[in-house]
Amino acid sequence: MSQDIQDEALETELLNLPLDQWHRDRGGRMVPFAGYEMPVQYEGIMAEHLWTRAHAGLFDVSHMGQLVFSGANGDKGGLDAALEALMPVDLAAAKIGNPVYSLLMAENGGILDDLMLTKRADGSIYMVVNGACKWDDIGHFREHLPDEIEINYLEDWALLALQGPEAVTALERLVPGVAALGFMQGAAFAWQGHELWISRSGYTGEDGFEISVPAEAVAALADALTAFDEVKPIGLGARDSLRLEADLPLYGHDLDTETTPVAAALGFAIKKRRREEGGFPGHERIMIEREQGSIVRRVGLIVEGRQPVREGAIVVDAEGSEVGKVTSGGFAPTLGVPIAMAYVPLALAEPGTRITLAQRGKIHTAEVVKMPFVPHRYVRKGG
Amino acid sequence: MSRYYTEDHEWVEVDGDIGTVGISDYAQGQLGDIVFVETPDEGKDVSKGDEAAVVESVKAASDVYSPVSGTVIEGNAALADTPELVNEDPEGDGWFFKLTLSDPSELESLMDEAAYAAFVAKL
Repeated sequence: MSQDIQDEALETELLNLPLDQWHRDRGGRMVPFAGYEMPVQYEGIMAEHLWTRAHAGLFDVSHMGQLVFSGANGDKGGLDAALEALMPVDLAAAKIGNPVYSLLMAENGGILDDLMLTKRADGSIYMVVNGACKWDDIGHFREHLPDEIEINYLEDWALLALQGPEAVTALERLVPGVAALGFMQGAAFAWQGHELWISRSGYTGEDGFEISVPAEAVAALADALTAFDEVKPIGLGARDSLRLEADLPLYGHDLDTETTPVAAALGFAIKKRRREEGGFPGHERIMIEREQGSIVRRVGLIVEGRQPVREGAIVVDAEGSEVGKVTSGGFAPTLGVPIAMAYVPLALAEPGTRITLAQRGKIHTAEVVKMPFVPHRYVRKGG
Repeated sequence: MSRYYTEDHEWVEVDGDIGTVGISDYAQGQLGDIVFVETPDEGKDVSKGDEAAVVESVKAASDVYSPVSGTVIEGNAALADTPELVNEDPEGDGWFFKLTLSDPSELESLMDEAAYAAFVAKL
């Protein structure tokens, strides 16, 4: 039997995250990911996936880059303007404490990374970027931001995500007040004398929280959370299947420097003022694509039969020519069928369209469906 | 009847010149939740080491190699609708295919149960 399980490229030297031993003690199967050893699963991807949808799952996402931008001589407008020159975010409209999703743009309109950023009360900006991109991102920011802007990489902070319908019940017991947050709202909290930064956000489509915590306190916090009956530790495998069902693209797979925000169906990340004013890399191409349509578009597929069609499979037309590609795919535990994300020509992008896929010499049929595959269950609140 | 194992974690149980092939308990544990199995068609000739079946977990696709040469006489039809049998009973009801062995001497290069257990213990 071939062993394709650890298909992430083996890094020369893998680093360990603050919860490394914690995962091993709980039976986490460690695999290389983004330069670290990380748990792909504990009891099994299917069970962990379904547990998260029904209860609450605790994810260690400390591989992600937590950055704080400050400076420009205390000139908040200076920091905001400098960041707006690199991404289509509207920092004037962003509310203090509330994370916003944005895209680090390449000159050609491609995407260098997708990220979350939050304005803090002191005028600084907290940002979470993808683990696999963080060093390149820091280099890009350093190269393009004025020297007076400080970039502080929070290496001594860990990041947890608590996701699922019972996440709020569990976290509120430890950190009273979090239940008052709505989806995409955040604030500073404290637990046992440690500072926390918590936002009601995540990468599963469920209600839940992302918790930034000092590395020295993360094991105790993870222990306290998993001591509750509602909470189990969940690995990267289920994180991937959950985000796929929730229509959340994964950088390096569904997004890269060749995909534009319009093709990726992330037009919502291009804020209205920025569309009108421009002033970020790729603006011209994005405006043309908004008007005339992109060549291809990211869509969701339900694949007929039981065999998963995965990243790397191609979309073919009636003549058998390659016209698109699958960028993520797998078995959807919640739905019990294989699903995928693919880039297809606009003429094939309408829900209900039947398309043909080829994988390892075999033909599969799929139908374009509206995403998310599983409805989001975010808890929204005013303000 | 005797059971033999490969270093790629297939097993073959031999009864006369008929072999039944599957993957080991260790292999199913490594793969995790199995969601799809493709077994070879009756009449297909396979050589030892050939890709003979496909097994897919939530996470990845893997090829299953034939531990011996021969002609396939039956694929396990139950796996089409219940691939999880491979997780539940990998060395029993979760078998993949049966074949008539064309060269039983190939079995000599495989491990017996004790040797395989020792091999897995070192992984």
